[in-house]
Amino acid sequence: MRKIYNKIQNISGNVISVKASDVSYEELAEITTQRGKSLAQVIKMDDENVSLQVFTGSRGVSINDEVRFLGRPMEVTFSDNMLGRIFDGAGSPRDKGPLLTENLIPVAGPSVNPSKRIIPRRMIRTNIPMIDVFNSLVVSQKLPIFSVSGEPYNELLARIALQAEVDMIILGGIGLKYDEYMKFKNTLESGGALSRSIFFMNTASDPIVESLMVPDLSLAVAEKFALKGKDVLVLLTDMTNFADAMKEIAITMEQVPSNRGYPGDLYTQLAARYEKAVDFDDAGSITILAVTTMPGDDVTHPVPDNTGYITEGQFYLHNGYIDPFGSLSRLKQQVNSADQSRKDHRAIMDGMIQLYAQFMETEEKRAMGFRMSGWDQKLLKYGGMFRSQMMDLSVNIPLEEALDRGWEIMAKCFTPEETRMRTELIKEFWPKNTDQ
Amino acid sequence: MSPSTGKIVGISGNMVTVEFDGNIMQNEVAYILKGEERLKSEIVRIGDSVAFMQVFESTKGLKIGDKVEFSGELLSVQLGPGLLGQVYDGLQNPLPDLAEEYGFFLPRGVELKALDDERKWKFTPVANKGDTVIQGMLLGHVPEGIFEHAIMVPFHLPGEYTVEDIAAEGEYAIKETIAKIKDEKGNTHEISMTFNWPVKIPIEAYRDKIVPEEPLVTQARIIDTFFPVAKGGTFCIPGPFGAGKTVLQHILSRHAQVDVVIVAACGERAGEVVELLREFPELEDPRTGKTLMERTIIICNTSSMPVAAREASVYTAVTLGEYYKQMGLDVLLLADSTSRWAQAMRELSGRLEEIPGEEAFPAYLESRIAEFYERSGLMELNSGEYGSLTIGGTVSPAGGNFEEPVTQATLKVVGAFLGLSRDRANARRFPSIHPLESWSKYESFIDQKNIDEATDKLRRGNDVNQMMMVVGEEGTSIEDFQLYLKSEFLDSVYLQQNAFDEVDAATNKERQTHVFQRVQQVLDTDFHLESKDQARDLFNRLRQLFIDWNYAKMDSPDFKQIEESIEKLIKEHSENEENLQ
Repeated sequence: MRKIYNKIQNISGNVISVKASDVSYEELAEITTQRGKSLAQVIKMDDENVSLQVFTGSRGVSINDEVRFLGRPMEVTFSDNMLGRIFDGAGSPRDKGPLLTENLIPVAGPSVNPSKRIIPRRMIRTNIPMIDVFNSLVVSQKLPIFSVSGEPYNELLARIALQAEVDMIILGGIGLKYDEYMKFKNTLESGGALSRSIFFMNTASDPIVESLMVPDLSLAVAEKFALKGKDVLVLLTDMTNFADAMKEIAITMEQVPSNRGYPGDLYTQLAARYEKAVDFDDAGSITILAVTTMPGDDVTHPVPDNTGYITEGQFYLHNGYIDPFGSLSRLKQQVNSADQSRKDHRAIMDGMIQLYAQFMETEEKRAMGFRMSGWDQKLLKYGGMFRSQMMDLSVNIPLEEALDRGWEIMAKCFTPEETRMRTELIKEFWPKNTDQ
Repeated sequence: MSPSTGKIVGISGNMVTVEFDGNIMQNEVAYILKGEERLKSEIVRIGDSVAFMQVFESTKGLKIGDKVEFSGELLSVQLGPGLLGQVYDGLQNPLPDLAEEYGFFLPRGVELKALDDERKWKFTPVANKGDTVIQGMLLGHVPEGIFEHAIMVPFHLPGEYTVEDIAAEGEYAIKETIAKIKDEKGNTHEISMTFNWPVKIPIEAYRDKIVPEEPLVTQARIIDTFFPVAKGGTFCIPGPFGAGKTVLQHILSRHAQVDVVIVAACGERAGEVVELLREFPELEDPRTGKTLMERTIIICNTSSMPVAAREASVYTAVTLGEYYKQMGLDVLLLADSTSRWAQAMRELSGRLEEIPGEEAFPAYLESRIAEFYERSGLMELNSGEYGSLTIGGTVSPAGGNFEEPVTQATLKVVGAFLGLSRDRANARRFPSIHPLESWSKYESFIDQKNIDEATDKLRRGNDVNQMMMVVGEEGTSIEDFQLYLKSEFLDSVYLQQNAFDEVDAATNKERQTHVFQRVQQVLDTDFHLESKDQARDLFNRLRQLFIDWNYAKMDSPDFKQIEESIEKLIKEHSENEENLQ
């Protein structure tokens, strides 16, 4: 039987401290208060003084409440029974299903040996042209979705969850609004994807400390499934809430803040999570898509800034579109060459974006009142079609169809030479009957 | 003297406080004993009967009262034949060996041998019995890949020695004695092919440090021509995320004309290291015909590996660089990214509760960065030969703003600044080194006067472009328009380089000199142009020709033929013949 302590020395923010001995670093404890039981985790030890962060928060904790150390670090259950289930940030069920206690695994395990990684070469199709054609998602990639509040990032995430070609989905919700959570659940349910999904859900009304655990729980489970050969897609929303929760704890612990109040180890902490993305030699993989809202649409804010340095590109969701200029998939070169994808893939990708860039310039000129030449008119027509038939988030077509559509749009707006496409591709792909 | 011991009295993140008995020293290595595991750590501060140690591993599960064993030694790396081609973590554990023994994940509290004790090396003696030698002087050599690896008098032995005995030519393992040398007091020292050196102390077993002048050819045109780096010099590559820092470092590690390349992947993405790991053993080094891996050492401490070891990894890399430099080789150290190293210092400083400086970086940030870059240099060695260590570090400034402490501290001590620009990267102009903001204090192999003229055109063309955004093309004179087209031409055919094309990826000195002359000819020619459309058309054709030219092998018929077309086109449009050579 573990020792029980019932004299809490200090309560500050969500951190309490007790005098205790024989405690391990990062060990869990259970606190019984008049509000019920809560888990807590050791975050600092100074001789006998042990500081713990309380998962459900310190509100209502009295100094005589009982603290019982559990003698184990944070763990989570792992089994196929988890599929279709919904858990909270402490790893307990939040649906009405049974408690799962078998096969506990530790969270936040060691990192993968770089020499056991392989260069990823498999595309994950999503049927969203702005992703598949222009910034392909690759197995083992870690990509944030940068956007501002109010953009349909959760809808995008839900659609990717429904359509992505993966074995299973793990959704980690961090400070998610309750109705967003319900929308996710309903979308996946009606799309029939719930049975291959696991949710770790911390809503905005749930304790903030628990939100800190969500990425670790999601990724620990994902890692086990990946080792069993599954291709797992982990969706996290919203990592800015995660960083803010970290900031709150760091400031409570009187750590010296580095940039806008965020702790100095923000980069390390984010990297520890994102770097779990991996393609295992001879086993499965983990791919991470994480929403990162940018306060004030400012990409230099510490959270998106540090994230950008860690991740392999970003999707930039802007005015309801995946912005073709701000977005980048660093790994797309690994999957879109002529022998891996259709041979016009790269040409369409580069060519259409260059034309779209010219359209943007023309539109600027038009806004400034410059005269529109014939070429400008063509570009304006092209830009409109590109937006409505490619960029619009409701467009839902496979990669090949999207490439065909690209040729059609160009054929409706330009002569073949004007597109600067290579002649051999034009011969093969240029639509025969066009109404230009 | 038996090593001191202690026990843990406090834990916060990767910082533990330890109560100790006996003698300990600053930066001494200690081990925390946890069952079978031995967690390596380093003393970073000594207070009233407690030592503060940064732990190179996760501190999860440690308890107050856990035992600590001090080693009596500073944090060191092992030097000797067999380093080339290795992939180490920040503490010189070979990662492939760890993978073989422990599988997918990095185990905690394990140390593996950095060099193979058993492998036999063919030793050829150079020194003779009775010779007088000092530290860093050659005793003999063994073949390592493409080099003769020098077996030197260890750097930690001061004073003069007489060679008493030296092994005959033959096969030896690194720990076998290959020489006995006697110091002035008559004590004999046994020398093997390997010894340890503390990473945070520069190796100074050379005669003199010389001003670096000879250019290090990186085969990147914008660097070699406009912002050159000298052998033994220093440079930095700051840039926001997505600007192509790591890609540029990879290009340099492939094409730079040096003997040894050391890549320190410090706190960056594991995926990028994997590309090096998997591709370098396949890629051929055109200078030697062997694989690139045979001239490369990778020190890899990626962002999710323990942060204290990240701090050590930079020192490990520079020490290995110094070691090969001591053999009279040209070594290039690429550190990606020094900001992550600085952040590791910041984390440590925060846990030590030091008074923070700007953006919470410690006050000693600048001096640490200066110390690091000062370990570069061109040296006259004790043997009379020359060796160089060139250091290039990337910097990842927060928010892409160069006015931050790490970039500023770095700019004070480097000889060349290759600033990457997000705008250029977004416009897909690679390498995205900003041609108007970057600088270099070293000399290029191309005449400075010509470079200044080209830069001037670039600047003025850029001004015209700014102006055109306001007044439109209609309001720009044809002369100004031509200037603008020339600057764009220089940018797209010379400054930009396609890293994915076999030929264009690397331009050697001879070719750069040749091509630059032609580019200059275009810049200097006053073209006879009537309309802007005609001007644009001409420059489009010139650009297309030059780009095709860049893709043609220099000894190919295409190369000659395209050059002739270029000449012809220039001639057709130039106002008078005198402008032609």
